[in-house]
Amino acid sequence: MKTFFKRFYIAIIFIFLYAPIATLIILSFNKSKTRSKWGGFTLNWYISLFEDETILQALWNTLLIAVLSSLIAVVIGTAACIAMQSMSKKMRTVFMGITNIPMLNADIVTGISLMLLYISFGIRFGFSTILLSHITFNIPYVILSVMPRMKQLNPHTYEAALDLGASHIQAFFKVVFPEILPGIMTGFLMAFTMSLDDFIITHFTKGAGIDTLSTKIYSEVRKGIKPEMYALSTIIFITVIVLLFVINVSGKKSSQNTKNKAQR
Amino acid sequence: MNKKKLLATPYLFWSVMFIIIPLCMIFYYGFTDKTGAFTLENITAIASAEHFKALWLSILLSLISTVICLLLAYPLAMILANMNVNQNSFIVVIFILPMWMNFLLRTLAWQTLLEKTGVINNILSFLHLPTLNIINTPYAIVLGMVYNFLPFMVLPLYNALVKIDKNVINAAKDLGANPVQTFTKITFPLSLPGVISGITMVFVPALTTFVISTLLGGSKVLLIGNVIEQEFTQTGNWYLGSGLSIVLMIFIIISMILSAIFDKDREGALL
Repeated sequence: MKTFFKRFYIAIIFIFLYAPIATLIILSFNKSKTRSKWGGFTLNWYISLFEDETILQALWNTLLIAVLSSLIAVVIGTAACIAMQSMSKKMRTVFMGITNIPMLNADIVTGISLMLLYISFGIRFGFSTILLSHITFNIPYVILSVMPRMKQLNPHTYEAALDLGASHIQAFFKVVFPEILPGIMTGFLMAFTMSLDDFIITHFTKGAGIDTLSTKIYSEVRKGIKPEMYALSTIIFITVIVLLFVINVSGKKSSQNTKNKAQR
Repeated sequence: MNKKKLLATPYLFWSVMFIIIPLCMIFYYGFTDKTGAFTLENITAIASAEHFKALWLSILLSLISTVICLLLAYPLAMILANMNVNQNSFIVVIFILPMWMNFLLRTLAWQTLLEKTGVINNILSFLHLPTLNIINTPYAIVLGMVYNFLPFMVLPLYNALVKIDKNVINAAKDLGANPVQTFTKITFPLSLPGVISGITMVFVPALTTFVISTLLGGSKVLLIGNVIEQEFTQTGNWYLGSGLSIVLMIFIIISMILSAIFDKDREGALL
């Protein structure tokens, strides 16, 4: 009985979280252009999606910014984590405090503050301002994912590698890097997701003439969302689920392989 | 060893340039007028009837949403933490996954679900239950906030609850505590860092949102986030917008301090 209630509760929350997503997927197959009516099944939106230049351009901008900003954030963030390891506790607290500012601050304040910065420094609004802003809010996600891994690291293994004749760079890439790699991967994925899903900060820092998917959707809210948007987000969502499944399966296999090897 | 510290230079430069200086700019604009002279007018503007109403409504709605999130998330986090799933990542994925569908679209989907002739009302009338008419009201905004920010409550709670040593709970039971006592004296106090972290992670974005109120409140409901957004993108009065943002930041700073006090081991609390 107890387990029934528990399962029921999880199911309710699950439906609450995924009902809008199911709605969007259904709408992507809806023949009628209005959201509130079901006009029959169609795949037309999936076809016209690939002929819609503005949506494809917005998709390209979104993906490019997400990839670039999370890669740059990973490099800067990981370097900062390595440096923080050799800092005094006080310095580290200061750094972590600064890291927490964009995490805890409201998006609207971050967005406005960056907008004011670009205006007063005369930076032209466009792709580069969005990219700079996304890097800024992505670095904390990288640091917060890499730092715990860094702390678990045994510092003596690095020293042992140096004693055995490895250069600093060799020692880092052969000893430290593999250990913190899971943290870096999580950080990258978090940063990528946040960049992809961001609207507020992009809204304030984008300027005219450039759109990401979020800002494009926002500009369409009043005149009505193009059904192609539903088709596109369905494709993205399904792709992610498939990728996660593949990664999970292959991840399990490889960990089993290493286990088998260890047993031998 | 000193060479290693140099690796922090790019981050140091970045955070000064894109975090510290921009925040100073808000304070500069907030405390000056168009001629550049010092003024408090932009701050005191919050007391005007229109702005104060928006701020009050924002505080009210975000508090309600935070409480609902906590009440919904705590039992869920407890169930998940006790399930002994080896794959922590699986639980994280379930809550992160919705973010891959655009946040604006997901919120808009609630319009479709909540409309007078929408999906939910169709189901309700099929079951001969009274229909819901909450679209374009503050209730719909609360629903949108709970929907969007619930994961930010579940994840820190789950992290805090999973860390609790089961032996402590068993010891309490052995010593004769009933389930309620075990919860109020052991489980809840030990999960407090997660509770505080969850509260701040829901309250701050809910307090400052302008998107959810635009999408689900029609144009009838104005939150403080909407006021600030309009000052920047429509009216173009950055001074007033900055001044109102400073007022908002007071609330944000209070929650930052609270989370710093209660949650000393924040590093890695994210996942």
